[in-house]
Amino acid sequence: MSGITQKRNFGAAQIILFLSIAVLVIVVAVPVLLIFFNAFWVGGKFNIRDVLKIIGEPDTYQALVNSLIIAAGTTIGSTIIGTFFAWLVTRTDLPYKRFMKSMFLVPFMLPSFIGALAWKMLLSPRAGFINRFFMANFGLSGPVFNIYSYAGIILVEVMYLFPFVFIQVCGALERMDPTLEESARISGAGLFTITRKITIPLVLPSILSGALLIMLYSMAHFGTVAVLGIENGIFNIPTLIYQRIHQSAGSFASIRTGTVLATVLVVTAAFIIWLQGKILSKGHYQIIAGKSFRPMELKLRTLRVPLFVLCVAYIGFTIVLPTVVIFLVGGLKTYGLPFTWENLSLDNYKFILFDYKVTRDAIWNSVTLGLAAALITMFAGVMISYVIVKMKVRGKGFLEFLGMLPFSVPGSVIALGVILAWSGKFGINLYNTVWIILVAYIARYMAFSLRANSAALEQVHDSLVEAARACGATMWQALKDIVLPLVRPGMLAAFFLIFLPSLRELTVSIMLYAPTTRTIGVAIYTLNEDGETVVSAALAGIALVLIVTGQSLVNYFTGKSEG
Amino acid sequence: MSHVRLVNVTKRFGLVTAVDSLNLEVSKGECFSMLGPSGCGKTTTLRMVAGFEDLSEGEIYVGDRLISSPGKNYYLPPEKRDFGMVFQAFAVWPHLSVYENVAFPLRVRKLSASEIEKRTTDALRSTNLLNAAKDSPADLSGGGKQRVALARALAINPDVMLLDEPLSSLDPHLREEMRFEIKDLQRQYGFSIIYVTHDQSEAMALSDRILVMKLGVVQQIDTPFNVYNDPANKFVFSFIGLSNFLEIAWSGDKPFPRGSGAPLPLDLTPPDAMRKAKTFSLASRPSEIDFGGEDGLRGVVTRKSFLGEIIDYQIKIGEGEMRVQKSRRTPGPQVGETCGLSLRRPFWYTGTE
Repeated sequence: MSGITQKRNFGAAQIILFLSIAVLVIVVAVPVLLIFFNAFWVGGKFNIRDVLKIIGEPDTYQALVNSLIIAAGTTIGSTIIGTFFAWLVTRTDLPYKRFMKSMFLVPFMLPSFIGALAWKMLLSPRAGFINRFFMANFGLSGPVFNIYSYAGIILVEVMYLFPFVFIQVCGALERMDPTLEESARISGAGLFTITRKITIPLVLPSILSGALLIMLYSMAHFGTVAVLGIENGIFNIPTLIYQRIHQSAGSFASIRTGTVLATVLVVTAAFIIWLQGKILSKGHYQIIAGKSFRPMELKLRTLRVPLFVLCVAYIGFTIVLPTVVIFLVGGLKTYGLPFTWENLSLDNYKFILFDYKVTRDAIWNSVTLGLAAALITMFAGVMISYVIVKMKVRGKGFLEFLGMLPFSVPGSVIALGVILAWSGKFGINLYNTVWIILVAYIARYMAFSLRANSAALEQVHDSLVEAARACGATMWQALKDIVLPLVRPGMLAAFFLIFLPSLRELTVSIMLYAPTTRTIGVAIYTLNEDGETVVSAALAGIALVLIVTGQSLVNYFTGKSEG
Repeated sequence: MSHVRLVNVTKRFGLVTAVDSLNLEVSKGECFSMLGPSGCGKTTTLRMVAGFEDLSEGEIYVGDRLISSPGKNYYLPPEKRDFGMVFQAFAVWPHLSVYENVAFPLRVRKLSASEIEKRTTDALRSTNLLNAAKDSPADLSGGGKQRVALARALAINPDVMLLDEPLSSLDPHLREEMRFEIKDLQRQYGFSIIYVTHDQSEAMALSDRILVMKLGVVQQIDTPFNVYNDPANKFVFSFIGLSNFLEIAWSGDKPFPRGSGAPLPLDLTPPDAMRKAKTFSLASRPSEIDFGGEDGLRGVVTRKSFLGEIIDYQIKIGEGEMRVQKSRRTPGPQVGETCGLSLRRPFWYTGTE
């Protein structure tokens, strides 16, 4: 009896495992393998010399160096700012700490390329509002700050990426057992010594892990560099891949260069993720408290007001100002006119929402693509996570390895990979259709879904399923009636983690779009490139409204269900 | 000679009074325990002594030195009090080795290198940690971590040691062993101990005196023997050791256990203080009750459990119940039988106190 049941479950398990592997192989592994294959395999032979030659070319070499410079600068800047603000809102008596904390997390929502657009409007050397204001009123002969520079790119990236460190360090500082610091205090150490010798070393793993995340993100980041760098010839790896593929319309040489650059990116990303795992496992201190009193709060005394002003100024300058500029420019009749009531109207917004086919298509494409990708990825993610977290079947190790892949493959690499895989090579040609973007979105967002669903599944203890089985439920009934209801919050989280970012996606879509398959991100970017600044800004404004509304709704509902 | 002295110490959190005008004196070299259920204010009191909480009212002295006084607006920060303290969750620093954990209080005091070396080694030797000096505390067991915390508190050779439920994170076997180690260390170093716990057996085994606290109010301060033998009120009686309470009501001028048709026997005549109360309690320890006596208190055995050395009986008397614990060698009634009980030391309490 038991033998028979076991056999049938074994079969079901194998089917699920096979399906899971198939999804990851088709969506992620094949495109990545094709990139490696194209990079290293020339004329039927393995050829590493040619790869090195491509890397040695001035353009590619410069792009590699630029990626490193920008990533290093962004990482250092974000880590300092993120750690400082995290300490300020968790460990001091700064006024309105909770509000400040939520404001510092706002950049998570905002697409950085829209921010870059805003900063371009504010600080481009000749036309930027701030530069023009200073040149007109203070008689400066040149711009105050040129945003088309390494420093400009790094500053904008820092503004949008520092929350990665901020949220990690906040979490560590809030969860930390306060008696770790109290015991240092009773040992005779003052607050400064405690911060230096106890607190900072204990949260160092969180700081480093956030920093590496930023590095990973910045290395593979397309939007900011595309908006601010191309003007002055500053390319990083993703923008150079885009430029090569875009200009040469898929010639062999440009694909080769692209695949070699993509390989470098994947290897770097894999290295960073490996390093992060190493740091987290080695330095993952058990510093979480059981029962606890409030953590020590440093009285800022005379610095309280100045630091408060600093925070408000930072939020105003980096979050409010760019957002306001986007909406104002979106209301202008023509770019370059001063912001007066006669020049401002809602005409652009009406135009892009109701009359302009390009933008209407783009909004429709982004919403449908986002919904489809979110639904498919959510269900695939539940299935794969279930196998990885819960099932004990042979061949799981291979699936675990495949499951790691989506985390280390940057967007531009995925885009290049799906071009290689779905342009007729295997009998299916999706190039220039909306489907190729969908496939790429699924690959790109699989990591989000896997993370959210695994986390939810790990909360469901095996004994819950065993109890259902003991009550007479079959495996499928246990899955349907016990597991699924319990992981539903994780699935919902995965859905929104995918749907909302896909509304503003640029990196992948920009490589794959055809004239009728623009997404919102692509439309904003291309309109801006074509000099349609006001229309582009208006669309960016609409995108911001969509994203912020969506995110607020999600926060409201998830917040309510938790409370 | 009093060493740590609390005068009218009061602590309020908003509208809640966590500690209500507490007065106590701990002598030099004494082991003083504060015992009570969670939320009774014992930990808050300890944290006020340590300096992690300020006082709402009152004063705290060490010897003649004032360390906390909201009235005089004086507050010595914890790092200047020179106490040793051990926390419930160990609070050893995972990024420092065992040796560096113990050396930390000496390093912040900027002692000479040789002095640091000597004192650290001494503290490690006293806690049997010399072999683990180079280890990371993360590799140690719970007991090992707690030894590190003890050694760290010992390193400065403090006059006062504050222990905040230091054994409650350990398993029961280790708990007993560590109790004796703490006692040995006290004998060796001569510090005073203020010990917070909710475990009465721990408090009994370690302490010279015990303070029993409930909702911020002191119930009794005495030696463990006296607290057990002569509890000050019903709460202390129930909190220390096993206890039986039988509710009694007057009917006419005879005392009846609730729901029982038979009045209390003559040898259990309530004292006059109970005359005024409508209902009151007859309290006893399960180990201080004997079977037998046709004219004693009578009840029916509803449960009989063999616990090893002792047999635990549950006896129903009217609507009330009493537990009786006898040695396994003593013959006793079976379940369903009616039996007589004689109480060796009855206690009488009115109301809930």
